Formats: sequence, C-alpha cells, structure tokens
Amino acid sequence: MTTVVLVDDHRMFRSGVRAEIGDRVDVVGEASTVAEAIELVDRLQPEVVLLDVHMPDGGGQAVIAGVTGPSRFLALSVSDAAEDVIAVIRAGARGYVTKTISADELVDAVRRVAEGDAVFSPRLAGFVLDAFRSDVPVADEELDRLTAREREVLRLLARGYAYKEIAAELFISLKTVETHASAVLRKLQLSNRRELSRWAEGKDLR
Amino acid sequence: MSALRRSVDGRALGGIASGIAAYSGLPVLVIRTAFVALCLVNGLGLAVYAVMWVFLPQTDGRTFQSDRRAQAVLAGLLVLVASTLSALGPLGLLPGGSTVLPVLAAVAGLVLVWQQADLAQRQRWRATASGSQTMLLRLGIGAALMVAGLIGFLAQRGQLASARAGLLSTAVVVAGLALLSSPWWVTMASDLSNERRERIRSQERAEVAAHVHDSVLQTLALIQKSASSPAEVTRLARGQERELRSWLYRTGTSEGSLSGALTQLAADVEESFQVEVDVVTVGDLALTEKLAAVVSATREAVVNAAKHSGVGTVDVYCEVEPEQVTVFVRDRGRGFDPATVPDDRHGLSGSVHGRMERHGGVAVVRSSGGEGTEVRLEMPLS
Repeated sequence: MTTVVLVDDHRMFRSGVRAEIGDRVDVVGEASTVAEAIELVDRLQPEVVLLDVHMPDGGGQAVIAGVTGPSRFLALSVSDAAEDVIAVIRAGARGYVTKTISADELVDAVRRVAEGDAVFSPRLAGFVLDAFRSDVPVADEELDRLTAREREVLRLLARGYAYKEIAAELFISLKTVETHASAVLRKLQLSNRRELSRWAEGKDLR
Repeated sequence: MSALRRSVDGRALGGIASGIAAYSGLPVLVIRTAFVALCLVNGLGLAVYAVMWVFLPQTDGRTFQSDRRAQAVLAGLLVLVASTLSALGPLGLLPGGSTVLPVLAAVAGLVLVWQQADLAQRQRWRATASGSQTMLLRLGIGAALMVAGLIGFLAQRGQLASARAGLLSTAVVVAGLALLSSPWWVTMASDLSNERRERIRSQERAEVAAHVHDSVLQTLALIQKSASSPAEVTRLARGQERELRSWLYRTGTSEGSLSGALTQLAADVEESFQVEVDVVTVGDLALTEKLAAVVSATREAVVNAAKHSGVGTVDVYCEVEPEQVTVFVRDRGRGFDPATVPDDRHGLSGSVHGRMERHGGVAVVRSSGGEGTEVRLEMPLS
C-alpha cells in the first residue's frame, strides 16, 4: 500500500480523509502545522504527502520548500483561486485536487502521484489552459508554449475525461497521455511566462 | 427656503451669491454684480463677502459641482474692476494706484485657499483620500499668490525695508511656536488617522458579520434541520459554498460575462435538480445575443443531463478562442441513441439544435447506451 502523510490544519478534515481512504492507502502520519509537517515528512519519508494549500506560516508551498526527502506532493484545497493553485504547483506539487473529490478518485490520484505521474483536476487543467493562452508573446518556445497534443489532452481533462477515456478518444496509449500530462506539469513549473510568475508571486502574504 | 446658507451647487467662489439668490429669489447675476460694485467702494464688497464666507454654514448639497459658467462671468467682472482701477490709478484718481495688482493677487490666493478648505472638509466627511495632489497644488498656488501679493504691496508702498525687520522677528517667533507645539500636532494627526482606520476596520467587520449571519449561519441552521436527508444537506452545502466562494473571491459573479452566466446557470440547475454541476471556463467575453443563445442551449443540455443521465455529476467546459466559443456538457450517465429521440421531444431539437443554428452555431450530440452523453456547442464569433 502507498504510504501517505496528511498535512492539514483542520483536524476534522484529516480524520475525514483517513476514514475515507485509510483502508486503501497506508496513512503513516498526520501533521497540522508547516514545521511539524516538514519534520514528519523528512523522518517518515512517505511516498505521497497530501498537502493543504492554505495553512498558517506559508501554507503548502512552505512545506514543499522545507522538505528535503524524496516524497511527492499532492495538493488539496477548497480554494478556487487560480493563483493559489498555480503557486503550489510551481513550488513542486505533482497535482491538485479539490477537497470535494470522491474517495475513489482521491485514492486513484494518490496512486498516480506515487508512480510519478501528474494529476490534473478539470479545474487545474482549465487554469493551465488559461495561463498558456496562445495569444501571449513568449520568451522560450520550448517551455512557454504547449504543443497541440498537450493542449488537446488538457482540454479533455478540463472536459472531465479520465486518462483512460482520453487515451481512447485520441487513439493513443495510456502511457502517452501520462507523458503529455507530465510534460505540461514540467512546463508549468519551469516556464517564466509572465502570467505564471505573477500568479506565483506574493503568496507568502497570506 | 429655510435659512440663508452658502450654496454648494452652482457656486462660483464660496457660494455666497448663489446662496443669497436662492434665499431672496433674486437672479444670481444681480447679487454678483452688486458684490463686485461694492468692491469699488473701498473694497467693501470684498470684506462683506469674506465675512459671509466665514460665518455662513454650507448647504448639504450632494453633488458639489462648481458652476463653470458662473465662474467665467465672475472672472470677467473682476477683470473689469481690476482694469478700471488700473486705469484710474495713473490719472491720480486713486491713492497709490499701483498697489491694486498686488492686492488682487493676494485676494485671489486667499480665495483659492479658502475654497480648498471647504473642499478638504467635505472630503474628510467622505473619508476619501482622492485628489490630494490637486489639493496640495491649489494650496501651494494660493499661498504663493498671497505672499507675492503682500510683498508686491509692501514694495509698492516703499515699506519693504522697514517691514523686513518686523517680518524677521515675527518669523522667528512663529518658528519657535511651531517647534514647541509640534509634538501635539503630530499626535493629533496620528490620532485622527488612527481613529479613521479603526472606524473603517469596524465597518468592514460589521459587513462580514452581517454576511456570515445572513448566509452561512442560516444555511447551517437549515442543514441541522434536514440532517435526515443527505441529498438535501449536500444541496444546501453546495449552494452555500458557491455563494460564499463568489463573495470571497468575487469571481464568477461578474454580471453580463459568459463565465458569470455559466456559473449562475450551474447554481440554478443545482438548486432545482440534485446534481453537481462543475463549470470550468478558459477565457471570457462580454455576453452578446449570440453568446446568450449559447448559454440558453447549455442550460437546456445541463438540465437534460440532470434529468435523464441518472448520475450526480455534470461537467461543463467552456473555452473562448479567437474565432469561436466552444462549450462541452458531459455526463457519465446511461446515455441514449440520438437517432431514436422522437421528434416531439423539444428539449434537444428545439432548445439546443434550433437555438444554436438560428445564431449561426452548431450543436453536436454524442451518446451511446451506457457511456454517457456529451453535447458540444460551437458558436463562431465573427
């Protein structure tokens, strides 16, 4: 079973998640503050950290920045604000899902992050398409633009398609869909596009 | 008209003349002319005007508009008086005639500063800090005119040298007093701004409290009452979440935009049917007739999915591209064969296909038994 650490400052939410997915993943620890989370994650080195975007003292971003181990991060949030989501992805999270996600989908997302894949909720896919709109001049062709295929994959994700359905729709393998998603995630993290930088700025103020 | 007041609307300088005109019923031009004429009598008009400016209260007019035309007329009259006086001066008809210009300059400066004080007071009431640059500029110009006028007056009178000594000692005393009292001035200013900040903060707090009470607390009460019905609890929670979110982030509420209309549509359908409608939009546009048709067709498609799909979630995706707007409405429900829908079923044919085609767009329905339904709506923008 995938080892997971839950990081969220709301105890009720942590116990809710544990009750929902605790029988299908191995929840090895819980943390409620940024400092606690960094210490715990580095000590236990879980495969996946389920991370709340909004917490006092810097939120999910601060945890990602502080952890030195190889754990992967999946961001969970109630926020719909594009800048919060983009900022935590740029800090290094492998995906973002909203807290209203069903238990089955969450288990699936945790498993995929553990395997190194990217997890795009429809909303995140929409934010990314918005951020990479093609009518903006770009500095770095390779990093600042999505390929036609990546755009197609994101569009289907935003339409609510699962990876399997995208593969069938585009007549490509599941692995290829995952490759496209990971490439988009990489561009999101490395691109210096103005909109992305702007969204990621000033988030420590919260 | 109850009492004699300085008028705020239609004023040229301090609103005295228009105030008297409103009080007495005489045309304002007559009053103005009378004031200007009185100025010729040893500046009596000026003195009366100044005294009235100080002591008459202002009306509570809302608009605060100076009457540009009245100001022009008044300026014309003043120029007339000034040129008359200047003409009389060289003829020896006025004692020390060349002091007229400096005096006029000083008076103009005074008027500027006084009018500014009125303005500053009003702005404090409204607690806005806008226009502080023009305020400083006007104060500066007024003060400069005043000082220039006074110096000119003294110079013309040949009393500049004797005034200089007096001025110096006065300046020293004033500077000393200012230094001595400066801590109090600073404290007073910071107290004032603290008090203002505190007031704004408590107003904001009251607004938040009122909103939380009207929305969140009411919903929580309803949820406790309907605890036995999970579907109802979910519906209440979703509706409240949506409302609170739009209030916090002020997104999706923009009236008259495509994304705002779609968000509203989703909220409406969630209210009427027990489904979740997830809306994702990329790009946005102001709502036109064409786009309103797209929104209506989307609504029909979402309602269809809510009624017939048999699942609890409908995904809506809308993308604005340079040449067209595309909307996808998707469910993972039981699906149907579009070819077998009877012609009398108006939902799909009339409201979706017909509406789109009338506005130059197209609707494509893709569905098969067991695999859900997806409606694609395309509307070219040109």
